[in-house]
Amino acid sequence: MTIIETVNSPISTSQSSPKRTNALKRINNIVPPLILFGVIIAIWEILSASLSGARKFLLPTPQSVLMQGILSPDAYTEILPSFVRTAALALAGLMVAIILGMIVAALMYRFKWLERASFPYLVALQAVPVLAIAPLMAVVFGYSFTAKGIIVVLIAFFPIPANFLLGLRSVDKGLIDLFRLNKASWWTRFFKLALPNALPQLLTGFRISAGLAVIGAIVGEEFFQAGVPGLGMRLLQYLDQVEYHRLYGALILSSLLGISFYTFFTRLSHRLLRNWHESVQA
Amino acid sequence: MQVATKDQRLMEGSTTKPTLSFRGVNLTFSDGTDALRDINLDISQNEFVSIVGPSGCGKSTLLRVASGLEDASSGALETDHDHLGYVFQDATLLPWRTVSGNVGLLAELRKLPKPEREKKVADALELVGLDKFANYHPRRLSGGMRMRVSLARALTMDPQVFLFDEPFGALDEITRERLNDELTQLFVTRQFAALFVTHSIFEAVYLSTRVVVMSPRPGRIIAEFKIPFAYPRQPEIRFTPQFAEIAGNISEALRKELD
Repeated sequence: MTIIETVNSPISTSQSSPKRTNALKRINNIVPPLILFGVIIAIWEILSASLSGARKFLLPTPQSVLMQGILSPDAYTEILPSFVRTAALALAGLMVAIILGMIVAALMYRFKWLERASFPYLVALQAVPVLAIAPLMAVVFGYSFTAKGIIVVLIAFFPIPANFLLGLRSVDKGLIDLFRLNKASWWTRFFKLALPNALPQLLTGFRISAGLAVIGAIVGEEFFQAGVPGLGMRLLQYLDQVEYHRLYGALILSSLLGISFYTFFTRLSHRLLRNWHESVQA
Repeated sequence: MQVATKDQRLMEGSTTKPTLSFRGVNLTFSDGTDALRDINLDISQNEFVSIVGPSGCGKSTLLRVASGLEDASSGALETDHDHLGYVFQDATLLPWRTVSGNVGLLAELRKLPKPEREKKVADALELVGLDKFANYHPRRLSGGMRMRVSLARALTMDPQVFLFDEPFGALDEITRERLNDELTQLFVTRQFAALFVTHSIFEAVYLSTRVVVMSPRPGRIIAEFKIPFAYPRQPEIRFTPQFAEIAGNISEALRKELD
C-alpha cells in the first residue's frame, strides 16, 4: 500500500537547465582571478620599470624572471630537482603527520584519560618554536631527509588530531542512542558513525596541515642549509649569489607547491562531502 | 470523569498479555534528580497510548526506560527489545548515507544478511511512500520526508512496540497532520503497541486509543483517558464536540496539576 499520494519536493524546482548554469558558474569562478593576475603582473612590471638603475636588480621584470629564472636550461636543471625534493619532503612529513595525528586522536577518543593526560603537551608543542630544536635534530639525525622530515611533522602535526578529535566528539546524541539501542560495538560505532561524522573536520585539518607542511619543508631546509638542496636552500643560495631572477623563480615555485597542496585537499574535500555536508553546495 | 482507576487498568491489561509493561517503575538519576515515580502502565498489541505532560516531566525518560537506554532504579519493565521501533525527536539520519542506506542501518547493525536487508528496506520505503527517493541524501529532503525516512528505518525492525518521542514537534501544522494520518494508517495495518510522547493534546487525542497525563517532576501518571473514536480516523473528527470535550478534559487535568 502507499500512504502518501503526493510528496512535496524542493528537488524538481531547483534544476533549471543545470548545464548552462554550471558553465556560467565556471566562467564566474575563473575570470575574476585571471583579471587580478593580469593586474598584479602589470603592477609588477611598472614597479620594476620605475626602479632606478642601481636598484633594478631587486625586482627583475616578470618576463625575465620567467625566462631566465625558471625556463632557461641551467635554471630549471637546478631548480626542478629541488622542487621535487621539497615536494617529497613536505608530502612525506604530511603523510606521517596525518597517520600519527589520526591514531593519536582515535586513541584520545577511545580513552578519555589519554586526552586529559596528553592534550596539554600537544598544545605546548604548538607553542614551542619548532625551529629552535632543529640544531638538535641535525645532531641526532644529521642533515638527512629524516631530520628535515621530523621538522615538517612537528610543524604540520597539531591541526590533524585537534580537528579530528573535534569531529569524532561532535556526534549527535540521538545517533549514539540509536547505535546503542541496536547493540553496536565500539568499533562499529567508530567506523560507521564517529569516523564519517568527523570527515569534514578531518579534511579541514588536512588542508591546514598541508599548507603548514610546505612551509615547514622550506623553512626547515633554509635552517639546515646542508644535505640535498631543496627549494629552501636554493632561496638562500640565490640570495647570497645575488641571482635575483632565480630567487624570484624559486619563490614562485614555492608558492606553486603550497597552492597545489591546498588545491588538492580542497578538491578532495569537495568530492568527499558534496553529497551531504552543508559546507559544499549541491 | 474518565480517570481510570488502577483496577480498571489491570482489567484492561488482562484481556491480552501486554506488549509493553511498566510495574512500579521508579527512576532517580545519579545526580539525585527524581525523574519517574511509581509508573504503572500496560500497553497491549493494538493499543496506541499517548503521554502528555509539562516540559521536563519525564515523558522522554519514560521512553528511554521502555527502550532499555536507561535502567529503572526500581520496579520492572517487560517488553520485546528485538522488535522495538524508536522514533526520536529529530529524524537522526546519517547525512552521508542515502535514504536507503539510512533505512537499512538497523538491519545492518544487527547483521542481517544482505538480501533480507534489501527486502526490508524496499518494503519500508514503499510503506512510507519514499521508494522513488531511495538514492537521495537526507539534505535534499524536506523535514517531513526526513521524518518518514526515520519512520521507515524503525519499521525495518518489524516493531511490536513502537516508541515515539515527539517525532512531529518540529514540523509545520500541515505536514504534521498528514503524518498523523499516515501514522494511524500504519497503526491499523501493522497493529503494534505504540507509546507516543507529545506536547500537543490534539495530536494525542487524534492518534490514540488512550491518553495518559503525567505530572511535573517527579513524573507520575495522574490521569488516563480512553479515546472512543474508531480507526481509520477521519481528519474531521478533530472538529466534533466530542473531540473538543475530551481535549478539554485532558487540558483541565494538566492545568490542575500545574496549579
